Amino acid sequence: MNRLLLFIPLVIFALMGLVFWVGLGIEDKTSLPSPLIGKPFPEFELGVVEDGRTLTTKDLQGQPALVNVWATWCPTCKAEHAFLNELAEQGIRIIGINYKDDVMKARDWLKAYGNPYAYNLSDPQGKLGLELGVYGAPETFLIDSEGIIRGKHIGDLNPVVWESLGKQFGEMQ
Amino acid sequence: MLNTAMLHLPEIGQFALILAFIMAVLQVIVPLFGVNRGQLWLMGYARPLAVGQALFLVISLVLLATSFVMDDFSVAYVAANSNSLLPTPYKISAVWGAHEGSLLLWVTMLGLWGVAVALLSRSLPLDMVARVLSIMGMVSVGFILFTLETSNPFTRILPSPPQDGADLNPLLQDFGLIVHPPTLYMGYVGLSVAFAFALAALMSGRLDAAWARWSRPWTTAAWIFLTVGIALGSWWAYYELGWGGWWFWDPVENASLMPWLVATALLHSLAVTEKRGLFKSWTVLLAIFAFSLSLLGTFLVRSGVLTSVHAFASDPERGVFILALLGICVGGSLLLYALKAPTVASVGRYEVVSRETALLVNNLLLVVMALAVLTGTLYPLVYDFMGLGKLSVGAAWFNTMFVPLTVALALLMGVGAMTRWKSDRVSRLGGQLWIAGVLAVVFAIVVALLLSEAVSGSVVLGLGISFWLIFATAADVWKKARGRLGKIPSLGVSYLGMVIAHLGVAVTIIGVTMVSNYSIDKSVRMVPGQVETLGDYQFEFTEAGTIDGPNYTSQATRFNLYKEGKKIEVLTAEKRRYHARGSVMTEAAIDVTLFRDVYISMGESLEGGAWGMRLQVKPYMRWVWLGAIFMSLGGFMAVLDKRYRRRQKKEKLA
Repeated sequence: MNRLLLFIPLVIFALMGLVFWVGLGIEDKTSLPSPLIGKPFPEFELGVVEDGRTLTTKDLQGQPALVNVWATWCPTCKAEHAFLNELAEQGIRIIGINYKDDVMKARDWLKAYGNPYAYNLSDPQGKLGLELGVYGAPETFLIDSEGIIRGKHIGDLNPVVWESLGKQFGEMQ
Repeated sequence: MLNTAMLHLPEIGQFALILAFIMAVLQVIVPLFGVNRGQLWLMGYARPLAVGQALFLVISLVLLATSFVMDDFSVAYVAANSNSLLPTPYKISAVWGAHEGSLLLWVTMLGLWGVAVALLSRSLPLDMVARVLSIMGMVSVGFILFTLETSNPFTRILPSPPQDGADLNPLLQDFGLIVHPPTLYMGYVGLSVAFAFALAALMSGRLDAAWARWSRPWTTAAWIFLTVGIALGSWWAYYELGWGGWWFWDPVENASLMPWLVATALLHSLAVTEKRGLFKSWTVLLAIFAFSLSLLGTFLVRSGVLTSVHAFASDPERGVFILALLGICVGGSLLLYALKAPTVASVGRYEVVSRETALLVNNLLLVVMALAVLTGTLYPLVYDFMGLGKLSVGAAWFNTMFVPLTVALALLMGVGAMTRWKSDRVSRLGGQLWIAGVLAVVFAIVVALLLSEAVSGSVVLGLGISFWLIFATAADVWKKARGRLGKIPSLGVSYLGMVIAHLGVAVTIIGVTMVSNYSIDKSVRMVPGQVETLGDYQFEFTEAGTIDGPNYTSQATRFNLYKEGKKIEVLTAEKRRYHARGSVMTEAAIDVTLFRDVYISMGESLEGGAWGMRLQVKPYMRWVWLGAIFMSLGGFMAVLDKRYRRRQKKEKLA
């Protein structure tokens, strides 16, 4: 056997290491503010998870809301859900985007864990998610009563995150 | 609280950790220097240093647990993961409830495996003991340093500590989570022994049957822990997450499955290396992969780079440290492999139809399975890296990959176990096995017909390969025992261990087939007094109320379960709200028999005292885990084989 062949595992590993390394570098960019902030919410026309009616961008307007991107395949969303229920109890309007998910599963989920959402937009292909620059679930956008995106949080909402995000949301009311 | 602050227990714990670090450094240098210089007295330090290192690690871990039990919230890690109301057993299990403590547990277990090697290696030449313990010391050095530098569990919040702690994540307040992580960690860490043996053999150039024989019981022991750990994890997810699902293909589960698959391949490859002196380089590579995947499993998942990329970025220091450690550990061992693995082809010959070939194919299948899991787990990351956007690989992809591979593996297992070394004949195997094959097909079709009129192909396939495995294994036992039942115990504990482990695989496949195809469920709105029927069962909702727990309050619903009009059980499902974090957890009520689980979980509260309930009947659910118990029992029997201890006796006599 040629000794050079024995180096193959090492080379493959080095390549994988490189991917991780550069991947780590990419993560830092997530802390940059979303370019969407200050811009209107992207146009969409999507079905609602709960009852199947179709809504468009105009339906978002009227009052400030949190737009929460979630999915049943996302473990962090499960962890976040209880806190969303609390926020909803405080009267905060939350609109869900059920991202790259199955409507039936989503309905089961809402039945099992409670539904903090005013309604959920079903985005099975992730098209709206793409336009929003969704990085992974969960993500949450703050939109004002005009439907303009005012803030964004990547990762789960929890009492700590809400301290600053909630303040911003309160100012929009 | 004041007491422990005055006792300085956490400081002593940290000091013990530093001492353990120093011991580990000495454990790396002194024995290896001894090997290099041929000084036996220096090599002789390997064992006492390993014991010393482990002793200080245990002291450190016990002191951390003490801080938890005494509610010392001046320790940041305790404050973040415990609460004065938390029941004491959970205070102890909270030690491994988050990153820092898990890491301490991990290194402590590594130390304990080192002690086990030190004490149970009398049959080994001293220079091998020195090399093996030195390599395990290297791993220790890296991870103790990581703990001390980036993840110190003893850090204090002074001068004004919080009055009470933030509580342990309610998901983790459960018996399953007391036992699951330590078991799994024992498996992960145990693979370091096989890894150290492989590297020691590479360094010394003695990749021989003796090396394989030494490695086998250690690899099997680690594999048993992994098997039990994975099964416990699946069982926990099943009853605690409230969905009735038992495997989710999420990154954390995948991370434990990958080392298991590779360790399974390693077990079989070691058998070939020991018996026939073949596949040496391949076996070494598997040992390196198995441990590398353990590291990947423990740390990359723990650090969160896979589940939520954000966790990783929030603490780049840890991320970079982990990557550097992984790089040194895996890169270094692969470099050693590239430089020292034998390039001369092994001398043993074998033909196409032989046990060697069967085990080689088994290895390839298992490695392909592990690669499939690895790809599915890392693909989203790589996809992201290429700038193609974000995606997630769902369960469907894994199932598509796993079903055909498992079928191939099960078919092979039936033949492989009875194939002879070196060379065998298809006609001989066919003569032995055709009855098993025919019986398996007939039984599978008949049973599938009895189960339902609409026969599904996947049921016939799943049952068919299980029956095939059972009948082929039975045929082999029967043949080897020459048709006499009384002769079976004398076939050897190793062989019988293999038989039981293989039957365990069949049991698990039957469980998976049945529960995936014949589970029924129903989500209904129910008010007290209402009766719902699902399958053969009637669920009578008797009452709803509240239960006060030590650190939570539950809303509970009580059910009478009837089968054909006869009451068989009273079941109480709960929805717990934990005080400290205000989070809500579902506690499913499960009635268990060997042939089916009845599973009741609560959904949301509806108007008029009604509840949204989810009722499920899951046939053969227990078999999925029963098979894992069989597999680990089989492994345990294999470890007991006397030949692993034979030389030790000779030495004692001499």
